[in-house]
Amino acid sequence: MAKWQGPLEKLDGYRWQIPASYKKGMRVPGLIYASEDLLPEILSEEAPEQVANVAFLPGIVGASMAMPDIHWGYGFAIGGVAAMRLDDGVVSPGGVGFDINCGVRLLRTNLTGDEVCPKIDDLMNALYNNVPSGLGSKGKIRLRSGEIDEVLTKGSRWAVEHGFGRPEDLETTEEKGEMPGADPARVSSRAKDRGVPQLGTLGSGNHFLEVALVDEIYEPEIAAVLGMDRVGQVMLLVHCGSRGLGHQVADDYIKEMVRAINKYHIEVPDRQLACTPVKSPEGQAYLVAMRCAANYAWANRQCITHWVRESFCQVFELSDKDAGLELVYDVTHNIAKIEEHQVNGKKEKLCVHRKGATRAFPPGHPEIPKQYAEVGQPILIPGDMGRVSYVLVGTEEAMRQTFGSTCHGAGRVMSRTAAKKKLRGRDVLDSLAKHGITVRAGNLAGLAEEASDAYKDVGKVVEVTQGAGISRIVARTRPIGVVKG
Amino acid sequence: MSRKRFRLIEHTADIGLVAYGESLAEAFANAAYGMFSIITDLGSVKEKESRTVEAKADDREGLLFEWLNNLLYYLDVETLLFRRFDIIEFGEKYLKADCYGEKHDPSRHHLKTGVKSATYHRLEVDETEHKVRVIFDI
Repeated sequence: MAKWQGPLEKLDGYRWQIPASYKKGMRVPGLIYASEDLLPEILSEEAPEQVANVAFLPGIVGASMAMPDIHWGYGFAIGGVAAMRLDDGVVSPGGVGFDINCGVRLLRTNLTGDEVCPKIDDLMNALYNNVPSGLGSKGKIRLRSGEIDEVLTKGSRWAVEHGFGRPEDLETTEEKGEMPGADPARVSSRAKDRGVPQLGTLGSGNHFLEVALVDEIYEPEIAAVLGMDRVGQVMLLVHCGSRGLGHQVADDYIKEMVRAINKYHIEVPDRQLACTPVKSPEGQAYLVAMRCAANYAWANRQCITHWVRESFCQVFELSDKDAGLELVYDVTHNIAKIEEHQVNGKKEKLCVHRKGATRAFPPGHPEIPKQYAEVGQPILIPGDMGRVSYVLVGTEEAMRQTFGSTCHGAGRVMSRTAAKKKLRGRDVLDSLAKHGITVRAGNLAGLAEEASDAYKDVGKVVEVTQGAGISRIVARTRPIGVVKG
Repeated sequence: MSRKRFRLIEHTADIGLVAYGESLAEAFANAAYGMFSIITDLGSVKEKESRTVEAKADDREGLLFEWLNNLLYYLDVETLLFRRFDIIEFGEKYLKADCYGEKHDPSRHHLKTGVKSATYHRLEVDETEHKVRVIFDI
C-alpha cells in the first residue's frame, strides 16, 4: 500500500495541513484532523491523496477536510468534509457516497442492565426476528403501487403516519426525517424497484442494531437533557441507510456526472469525483433525487425503530410508555446539504458534502430541536461492535472550523479480505461472548470483517474532535447485544 | 480454465478485483463472476434461471460500471445470484449477455459480503491485455 510521500504541515496537536502547492490543480489546502497517535495509520494508505484530490473541485471553500476517522474510500476519503460555493461550486455524488443518508439513531430506555442482561438472549432473538436483516433480506412492508413516491417525499413522516413510531420521533431526527425539495420524478424506476422490497430492512455490511449500556457520563448536565440519566441505563443504536434505492440513485447520477464533467469542462483527478455545477440542471436533479433517497433512509430507520420498540415490549412485558424508548436523535453521515455558514466574515450558502462525517451544530442553532437548544446537536459515534460508542454534542468551534461537522465512527484500519484471513467469524463470536456481548448475525464471515481489530479505537477518534474543539464528549456506551446484517 | 479468472484487491473499507480473459468480453464476464464470488459461494449456486442483461454507456469504462451495477439490480429486485455469463454482443458502448443462476435460497446459499455498487474509483479497462479493474463499495 502506498505510503504518503507528500508534504504535511503540523498546525497544532490535532490538525495537519497538506499545502495547496502539493499538486497543481488544488484550489485549497487539505486539512486532516488527527492526533500523533492516529496519524501513522492515516498516512499508511491513500486517504491523504484523496483529501488532496477533493481540493481540485471547483468552488471548494476553506479546505478539503478529513475527520480523524478518515480512511481510504473511493473518490472521496471516508471521513471527508467539503463545502462548495453555490455560484461557482460543484456537487459530487461521490462526495455523498452510494449509501445516501447512511446514518445512526439512538434510543433511550427506562431499563437498566440489571433488568435486561438476564433476558438478553430473548431480546436479541426478538430483535433479530422482528427486524429483517442481512443480505437478500426482504422487508415486511408491502407498499401500494406508487406509494414509494410518498416514502421518498415524506420520509419518517410517512412511516409515522403508517403506524411506525411516534409523532415526536420526527422532532429529534435531523431534518425531521423529511428533507424538503425531494421530487420522486427525479428518481429512476430502477431505483424505486430496488427500494420497494427493501423498505424496513437493516441490510448487511457494517449495519447493525446494538443494545448498549451507558458506561460513563462525562457531562452529566448535557447527558440529562439527552435522557441519559445514569450509568447502567440501557440504550439502543440503529445504523443503516437507504439500501438499494440509494445505491441506484448514486449510480444513475454518477453516470450523469461523468458526462457533465465534459460538458462543463471540469477536470478531476479520479472519475469517482465526477461532479457538476450545483446550479446546473444535472446538479439540481441530483440534489433532488439524493433528498428522496435520504427520506427513504429515514423512513427505513423509523420503521426499524417501531419493531425495536415492539421487541422490547414483548420481551419485558412493558407498555410502550413504560419502556421509554424515546428517540434521542437521528443523524445522517452521508449527505450533501445546502447550509448557511460564515465565509470571510460574511454569511454564505454552501453545498456541504459530508461523506462519513456528521453534522455538529452548536447550541442555539435554528436547525436543531428546541429541547437541545441549550446543549447543542447530539452526535452519535458508533465504535466497532466489540468496543464502546460515544455521544457528543456540536460546538461553535465546529461552525468556525469544519462547516459544523465532525467524525462519524471509528474508521477502518484493516481491509475486509485481511480481516477475514486473520480472524475467523467463530472466534470473533466467542471473543465477543467473553466480553459479555450477545451477537445475532446472518453470516459469520461478515462478522469477521467487522471485528474490533479491523477498526481504529473510537476513543482516540473522539478525543481528537474534542481536543480540536469541533465536538464535546458527553457519554460513552458499551454494547451488550448486537444484531449484524 | 487455464487462467485465473480474477484476483481480489485489498482496500481498507471495500473490496476490488482485477479480472482477466482471452478477450475483453471474457474479462467483463469474469469481473461479474468475481463480483458474485464476493457476494456468495458460487459452488452452491445452480443454473436454474437465466436473464438477458444489457448495458449501455458512453465508453468502455462506463460500460463495465453499468454492466456490474445492472447485475446488482437483479440481485436486489429478484434476489438472483448469477454464476455464468455468456456475452452475446460486445461493443465499445453496448453489451448484451445471457446470465445464468438462481434465486437466493437461504437454506442453500451462504451469502458472504454485500456489494452496494461498483465504483469509478481506479476503474480500468485494458483493451490490449484483456484485463479490467474495479473497486466495489461494500
